[in-house]
Amino acid sequence: MSDVHSNMHMSAASGRVDRAPGDDPEDNPGHWIRSYIIGLCLATALTITSFVAAAAHLIWDPALPVALIVLAIAQMGIHLVFFLHVTTGPDNTNNVLALAFGVMVVALVVLGSIWIMGHLSHNMMPADQLMQMQM
Amino acid sequence: MTDTHFPSSIEALRLLREDPNRVGHRGHVLSSPIPGTGHGRTGPANKRIVVGYGFWIFLLSDIVMFSCFFATYAVLQGGTAGGPDIRQIVELPRVEWETACLLASSFTCGLSFAATNARNVLWTQVFLVITGLLGLAFVLLEAQEFAGLVSQGITPQRSGFLTAFFSLVGCHGLHVTAGLLWLGTMLAQVQVKGFRREIIHRLICFNLFWHALDIIWVGIFTIVYLLGYVA
Repeated sequence: MSDVHSNMHMSAASGRVDRAPGDDPEDNPGHWIRSYIIGLCLATALTITSFVAAAAHLIWDPALPVALIVLAIAQMGIHLVFFLHVTTGPDNTNNVLALAFGVMVVALVVLGSIWIMGHLSHNMMPADQLMQMQM
Repeated sequence: MTDTHFPSSIEALRLLREDPNRVGHRGHVLSSPIPGTGHGRTGPANKRIVVGYGFWIFLLSDIVMFSCFFATYAVLQGGTAGGPDIRQIVELPRVEWETACLLASSFTCGLSFAATNARNVLWTQVFLVITGLLGLAFVLLEAQEFAGLVSQGITPQRSGFLTAFFSLVGCHGLHVTAGLLWLGTMLAQVQVKGFRREIIHRLICFNLFWHALDIIWVGIFTIVYLLGYVA
């Protein structure tokens, strides 16, 4: 019995036990609260930046959509790290791999749809408009 | 393990007979009885990790589903059929309040889980109630927005763009509403059943669910509202 326990501690210390996202059983609550406060501050800052940038025209207008999307992706990263506690550590390999697969599917669905449907609507253009473009 | 020490070969045979498919939390090789690392050498990881990881997979599939709604919205954005476009729909102050509510509720939800880790029923419940009230405020703001649009004749039937708008934003709203029902259930369960192991597993899953909703909302307020506002 005792060697099982010592092994459990050893494996936990060497990071061989997996962790589920948003869960950290052995940690003290203080660590959690600190991480949530950092996450809240960063997320608030990014949100305010997004809204101010959109409302106040602080950024060169044609660059605004890209800037807003970058801010959103940054904020999703903040949520993942500070709220969901997804890290790059060895105990998180499974979580990160699942996340990477999810991101890949999301990118395929969204970018693929926009790409294909954009071409489709270009090809389905009413004949008179198509004639105008060719002239 | 037993307290009496048999020779290791007998012990190994016993393990093999009791657990032929290594589904227990121990391996057959006695020299490395690592309990449930989930890395293939032993049985599955402990239930708390399996539950959390399984729910993480569900959330990712939920996000994939949302990505279909996002793709539909992006494709149909221009299809207004002579009706209102996104710029006539966006009310920026309302979106600011909605975002503030959801972000704050994500924070309090995390604090409630920190209180759960400290096995403190009172603070778990207090933060869950605050989370629920902020979530309720979000749902009511969104319902008010939808009701206002419908009263102006801006309904999902009006154009392809409006169908995509209402289904994307409405689907997120439905998720938050379902989350509120779950939250109410958890309040009751924590009160009646206390911090039993399965209750803590459910709280872990609820915490994950609520954070995932906030991540999806970041996508919605950026893609739909802010990009619509600057378009």
